[in-house]
Amino acid sequence: MSNLNVPSIERTPGGARVDLVLMSEMVERGAKVLDVGCGDGELLHLLSESRGVDGRGIELSREGVNECVAKGLAVIQGDADTDLGDYPDDAFDYVILSQTLQATRHPRAVLEHMLRIGRHAIVSFPNFGHWQVRLQLLFAGHMPQTDILPYSWYDTPNIHHCTIKDFRQLCTEIGVQMERAVALNAWGKPLRLNAPWWFWNLFGEQAVFLVSRKG
Amino acid sequence: MVIVQPLKDGTERGEGTQEADHPTSHVVAFGADRPLRLDSGVDLAPFQIAYQTYGTLNADRSNVILVCHALTGDQHVANVHPVTKKNGWWETLVGPGKPIDTERYFVICPNVVGACMGTTGPASTNPKTGKPWGLEFPVITIRDMVRAQAMLLDHLGIEQLFSVAGGSMGGMQVLQWAASYPQRVFSALPIACATRHSAQNIAFHEVGRQAIMADPEWRGGRYHLEGTNPRRGLAVARMGAHITYLSDAALHRKFGRKFQDRENPTFSFDADFEVESYLRHQGISFVERFDANSYLYLTRAMDYFDLAADSGGVLANAFKATPTRFCVISFTSDWLFPTSESRAIVHALNAASARVSFAEIVTDKGHDAFLLDEPELFAIVRGFLDGAARARGL
Repeated sequence: MSNLNVPSIERTPGGARVDLVLMSEMVERGAKVLDVGCGDGELLHLLSESRGVDGRGIELSREGVNECVAKGLAVIQGDADTDLGDYPDDAFDYVILSQTLQATRHPRAVLEHMLRIGRHAIVSFPNFGHWQVRLQLLFAGHMPQTDILPYSWYDTPNIHHCTIKDFRQLCTEIGVQMERAVALNAWGKPLRLNAPWWFWNLFGEQAVFLVSRKG
Repeated sequence: MVIVQPLKDGTERGEGTQEADHPTSHVVAFGADRPLRLDSGVDLAPFQIAYQTYGTLNADRSNVILVCHALTGDQHVANVHPVTKKNGWWETLVGPGKPIDTERYFVICPNVVGACMGTTGPASTNPKTGKPWGLEFPVITIRDMVRAQAMLLDHLGIEQLFSVAGGSMGGMQVLQWAASYPQRVFSALPIACATRHSAQNIAFHEVGRQAIMADPEWRGGRYHLEGTNPRRGLAVARMGAHITYLSDAALHRKFGRKFQDRENPTFSFDADFEVESYLRHQGISFVERFDANSYLYLTRAMDYFDLAADSGGVLANAFKATPTRFCVISFTSDWLFPTSESRAIVHALNAASARVSFAEIVTDKGHDAFLLDEPELFAIVRGFLDGAARARGL
């Protein structure tokens, strides 16, 4: 569930992952941020360099953690499913979950914790409603494998796939306010802002949501 | 061999006790007007602190790293030890170009109160009687050690520490520093330690203490006066403790069931196995440099350590609103201070919204790994200090 392993996501000319740049732009300057599943610390590093944030991370893999700490980042070894409960309410401005939601055991509880700990949550995930995914299942009849979802069904860390539509529904169910949503196509480019949701759900390969507590 | 020198009053004292009063280190003496107020309610005065320094203090005194030593360590972090003539105990980590880089930082390591290498302890001479304190020395705590270190820093004119680092009992002092003087600690590196001594660890310590006290040469703690030395008791205490510093896997890798200089068992209680011979050596060499009563006092200080109890039972309160950045490190095969203890520290620090990093290092070397060649430990300490130095503007 470390994004160390996220394969072939588009990068900017500067070398940063497009989804990470997009997420970092959603964060206010100087904010206090917790990155859940921070991998090798790429987003935390980007956030501290470009937005001057006070960043912390949780990462499951020992290699990822030790690499982060050796880079001077404040990262602890932990699990999104079990360790978010240790954080007090309102400890952060933003809690980020990048390409990890679909690998958690209890995505709903994780999202609820994120919005308890932080005022805002930023979640990015691969969209299982993407046309390539749909076509593979419909015509080829096997579990979809794409650039962004390269695993076989038997060795994938992803156990709770969802579509953009599913995620919006979850947000409604737990009373979360949606502030911003961006869908990226297969080339890492944001889709038209005025496109309808069904269009995003079909052509967005991944999505990034900025949500907050209602009220 | 213990070098024994006769004293004027006809009693004999080892070289270790010479170091207790006249250490091969810098010494600051605190007079009767500057007592060390102990947790037991006793004022210790006069007293002295022996310490070593490495590197150069910068102009605004902002590059100080305080190194806290473990139970059987001392202030000789990175120089040849005056008694054993061996290298310093943390030369792997502290020195020019090392992770705790003495070309960049000014490192101070004081001998703790209650120890026997120059800071006042039971082997030191009690000025009121002119004789070694022995068991008349007051019982001390980790907080007392830290309070004494704060007095030393006040004396040296050092207001804030860039970092405090230490493993095991040294790590306890690091945590106590962060809890007692949060504004004075910019960053903290508690390694292989806990916020409280577990029942199992208290039990191990009690076995060690009983071994010392069961030695007829201990003489109720008055061995300095009676010209004896509980060598066997202290050696057995060390042998037992040493096992807890290693791991089953490390012992197996190092010794297995190999015989010592022989092909077959001798059918006796000789040290047939290599591991026996090794432990005996550990015990004997320890006695050369350590005072048995000091061992009693320092193990007691660790037993009493319970940071949560000092904060109304809630560990997070010990670190409430702490400005310190922490890097907690544990080792997979450490069964004396297992990773679960470090996780408890991290949980409390998270609950206090502290800036904390936590890394667990895979090794089979047990608790002692913090003293050994562990490249991942070095990389993490270096990276953490680099990050902290950037934040501190060093």
